[in-house]
Amino acid sequence: MAVPKKRTSASKRDMRRSHHALKPEAMSTCKACGEAMLPHHVCPACGERPKAKK
Amino acid sequence: MRHKIKGRLLNRTSSHRKAMFANMVNALIEHEQIKTTLPKAKDLRTFADKMITLGKKGTLAARRQAFSFMRSDDLVKKLFDTLAKRYESRPGGYTRVLKAGFRYGDMAPIAIVELVDRDEAARGAKDKARAAVEKTTEKTEETAVDVKKSDLTSAKPMPKKIDAKSASANVAAAPARKTQNKGG
Repeated sequence: MAVPKKRTSASKRDMRRSHHALKPEAMSTCKACGEAMLPHHVCPACGERPKAKK
Repeated sequence: MRHKIKGRLLNRTSSHRKAMFANMVNALIEHEQIKTTLPKAKDLRTFADKMITLGKKGTLAARRQAFSFMRSDDLVKKLFDTLAKRYESRPGGYTRVLKAGFRYGDMAPIAIVELVDRDEAARGAKDKARAAVEKTTEKTEETAVDVKKSDLTSAKPMPKKIDAKSASANVAAAPARKTQNKGG
């Protein structure tokens, strides 16, 4: 079975992990009640609809 | 190649999928607004819109076609009467899908599907009616039970074996329960 010859150095390990950071969720505020909500979603607090489609 | 193959498989066999969408169309037509996962909601639109188009045709053949999918006399009737009338002048697009966050437990994206120009009273109308009926019957039953109990205690002579102490306890318990029931 193929196995690594050398232990991964801390530097290599951390370089690999440089892309693992989480991005903050894009949030918007409800126009009706001012509560934080997900864009394009129904407001969980007051039920305000996303902008009406035309 | 999967050119022009419409719809999602949703990890179901075709019969399972067909039955599920038939149930969901029925629920949507009955309640006019339902909550489900986003992929199911998106596929449900095509089925629901097709049924409403059949309803607008209004012919016997269309009615039979709709019944063959929905298998519900009441809802086919609603489709061909109220919904056909409501969407007479709307050229398709009878349903609306709104995103409604992510489900706790599996993070599945949730959506609300509703009929455009929906009747807000239709959602859960049956349950609400039944709850109202239960409330009224409960009240009448309670009074009936009270009457029976008072009849029993007053009219029926006490068996001799029961001593005075337990008899008086029974009598004392009856009015107490009466007041309790009236409160609830």
